[in-house]
Amino acid sequence: MLTNRAKLVVKKEMTLWERMYLPAILGGIVITLKHLFRKKATIRYPEKKREISDVWRGQHVLKRDNNGAERCTACGLCAVACPAEAITMTAAERKKGEETLYREEKYAAVYEINMLRCIFCGLCEEACPKEAIFLTDRIISTDYSRDNFIFGKDKLVESVDNPIDVSKRQTKAVAEFKQQKRLSHNK
Amino acid sequence: MISFFIYKLILAGAIFGITLFVAAYSTYAERKVAAFLQDRLGPDRAGPFGIFQPLADGLKFIMKEEFIPVVSNKLLFVLGPCIAMMTALMAGVVIPWGNTLIINGQQYSLQIADLNIGILYVFGVVSIGVYGIMIGGWASNNKFSLLGAIRASAQMISYEIAMGLSIIALILTTGTLSLSDITAQQAGGVGGDWNFWNVIYHPLGFLIFLICAFAECNRTPFDLPECETELVGGYHTEYSSMKLGFYLFAEYINMFVSSAVISTLYFGGYNFPFMNNLGLEHNTITIIGTLFLFAKISFFIFFFMWIRWTIPRFRYDQLMNLGWKVLIPLAVFNIFLTGIVSLVLRK
Repeated sequence: MLTNRAKLVVKKEMTLWERMYLPAILGGIVITLKHLFRKKATIRYPEKKREISDVWRGQHVLKRDNNGAERCTACGLCAVACPAEAITMTAAERKKGEETLYREEKYAAVYEINMLRCIFCGLCEEACPKEAIFLTDRIISTDYSRDNFIFGKDKLVESVDNPIDVSKRQTKAVAEFKQQKRLSHNK
Repeated sequence: MISFFIYKLILAGAIFGITLFVAAYSTYAERKVAAFLQDRLGPDRAGPFGIFQPLADGLKFIMKEEFIPVVSNKLLFVLGPCIAMMTALMAGVVIPWGNTLIINGQQYSLQIADLNIGILYVFGVVSIGVYGIMIGGWASNNKFSLLGAIRASAQMISYEIAMGLSIIALILTTGTLSLSDITAQQAGGVGGDWNFWNVIYHPLGFLIFLICAFAECNRTPFDLPECETELVGGYHTEYSSMKLGFYLFAEYINMFVSSAVISTLYFGGYNFPFMNNLGLEHNTITIIGTLFLFAKISFFIFFFMWIRWTIPRFRYDQLMNLGWKVLIPLAVFNIFLTGIVSLVLRK
């Protein structure tokens, strides 16, 4: 009786009217008939897509800077932050003449995200000190083999001609927040 | 003589085709109705609104692997679905699908065989149908199949009695067993000969017959022989490919035939209100009447599906209670009531 919501259950005998069941069945029939004319909940998927949020966390993108050089410096903070351990990478040193390709002296030679492991939490994006990785509003398409779900740099890095817009996820407030000195990677 | 055979062959072929067509589209309708009653859309990928879904399903059934268990009795295993399908198709023979068509002065009845014991024939054929389920379940050599088969036969016996008794009350007033005569007696209605549909004279009999028809067709709430939550798949657990398809198909044909019998016995068959007051030609009225019969049948098929998504399945003892302790006494009471009322009214 702590909540005062306890109800005394009375199990009384059913009357003849109730025992006939037919009135109850008739009531049920009316209810199901009402559902026949109700608006359907289905969304016909490929033709019609469900509206998603502006900050939807979908397929990742590895951004380039304004000159078209890759921002990622293979620090591995995203891989450490990843709770699903979906991210692996191999770092390499930038050689002479590659300055237009990679922004800093170190870069990711291999960068793979296993999309079957990824839980799309966005912690990699939060951890990244170089504004390199972002989640976008793209949905990962289905496939028949597990191998095809390990996305390499060919699928993750945005193309130079066709940059992917992440301004909705990276608003000014977010950018400022990421520059704060008390965040460990900015120390 | 030859023309008679050709006419009967064409009629039988047409009804065979229509039965299969209706059964195929019943599967589609079942899924659509189920979806709509649950606020979904149902199959809509194969063709516009998914109307080619039965073709896709049929193709799937044919292409699937045909599996016969090693421990099964192979002859009986194959015989089961054959009997189920055959008996399901046989019942359509005596149903009057329409009045007569007059072509070149010759009368052509739209009924394949006008048996004077039409209803008894339907009952006989439908009861053989349970052999298909029994044999299939027994031959599978699987406990779930056997349980399903036993349930089917027990259910069939229990509900056949009540069904037969409810028909006796009907026959008391019609005085004939022939389905075409019973239909002809219901012609007319308001403004004409004041003959109403039998459902007005026999509401209780109709209710008993309807409930028993649900049980005979193994439809929810009486689908214990195949109840998937308890018995995997019931009597067709071991069946695959087109043999399973035959069982499922036979169920839909049974549903179609039951709907046709209900429409014929209680809802005037091919008769429709004001049919003799419209001043139309005989052939036109016949064709409209046939369309009306199919509309009635469609409604009852829809009703079968509608009930399926409204009422949950009975427990086995509840099923037996309802059959033996409620429906049979009620049907006997109905016979007495009908007898007394018709005796009083005749005086």
